[in-house]
Amino acid sequence: MTSSDIPNKDGQVSISDLFIQFFIIGAVSFGGGIIAYERILLIEKKHWLTADEFMGYLAISQTMPGLNSVNLAVLAGDHLRGALGACIAAIGLIMPGSLFVLAIGAAYIGNTDHPLASIILSGVAAAACGLLSAITYRIGGQHWKHLKSLLIIIPTFLLMSIAKLSLPIVLLIMAPLAIYMYRPRANS
Amino acid sequence: MTQLISLAACFGLLSLLAVGGGTAVIPEMQTLLAHQFGIDHLRFVHIYSIGQIAPGPNMLMVLIIGFQIAGLVGAGVVLLSFFLPSSILCFYVGRIWDHYGESPWRRTIQNALEPISIGLMASGTYSVAKASIVSPITLGLALISLYFILRTKINPVFVILGSGVFGTVLIKYF
Repeated sequence: MTSSDIPNKDGQVSISDLFIQFFIIGAVSFGGGIIAYERILLIEKKHWLTADEFMGYLAISQTMPGLNSVNLAVLAGDHLRGALGACIAAIGLIMPGSLFVLAIGAAYIGNTDHPLASIILSGVAAAACGLLSAITYRIGGQHWKHLKSLLIIIPTFLLMSIAKLSLPIVLLIMAPLAIYMYRPRANS
Repeated sequence: MTQLISLAACFGLLSLLAVGGGTAVIPEMQTLLAHQFGIDHLRFVHIYSIGQIAPGPNMLMVLIIGFQIAGLVGAGVVLLSFFLPSSILCFYVGRIWDHYGESPWRRTIQNALEPISIGLMASGTYSVAKASIVSPITLGLALISLYFILRTKINPVFVILGSGVFGTVLIKYF
């Protein structure tokens, strides 16, 4: 164990290490699963957070709007090095993918009307659709089997996709209903 | 300039509406981009799909949209407006949380938002499907990809790239 592996209570995590570690996750997390990489970094590799702290921050990340992985980086960065740490962790996480996306995006925009490009992309888009269905199915998990969850999932889908209401309106209708359904019970 | 401001307003709003992650705002993003910036659904889905090949958080493809609309400055504006508002909100809520600790209402809000975000993800899948599944070949590719991603440990990036290559061969020669 090197000194940087010891949980830091008073000795602080260095800003450069924070940046580098999140940058690595941002660069290697091809194909998703980014939360799992963050979990390994924060709990197992560096011992920057306890499992409990991690779960607490993950819950906030999932409750707040925005991308869960970025929110988690913000919270972990703030925990370790305050506001600067939050910025550095989020920037490290986002930077590699941003450069990657801009490079392929520029290539796409330069060849949008190339017939071969649109043929290749029709195969890519079909697979991306398969991927999105898989993610939705997996994240849904047990919710697909619970009537209470389905009573929220199905109307949300119908309002958004079939009634074609705008997202703020859908949230204004569904959020109070869902919060009422899941309100804290006196006996629990 | 007005275009950059409306770009920032559009993505700033989406940032704060992204309950349960970026996928939840796909249908809304698709609609707003078509109405305000003339990006049709097929182009949106192509850009979305390209983004799935990239590492990092899964909605970085918004940068390509910014780039398409207003070049590098557009990409920068989209980056800031899509990531900053939600991150600042999360930052302050995180601090308040540390200060006040657990409340039964936090559990309630999380439980309530989970099925909503799943419903919105289903809507996102439906929008992407409507624009990407346009023929028996693309339907087949989507189903095969779904199978490989759910049933094997192959990295989704290879499934997506493989589908691009395999699809090209099928469409070109059959």
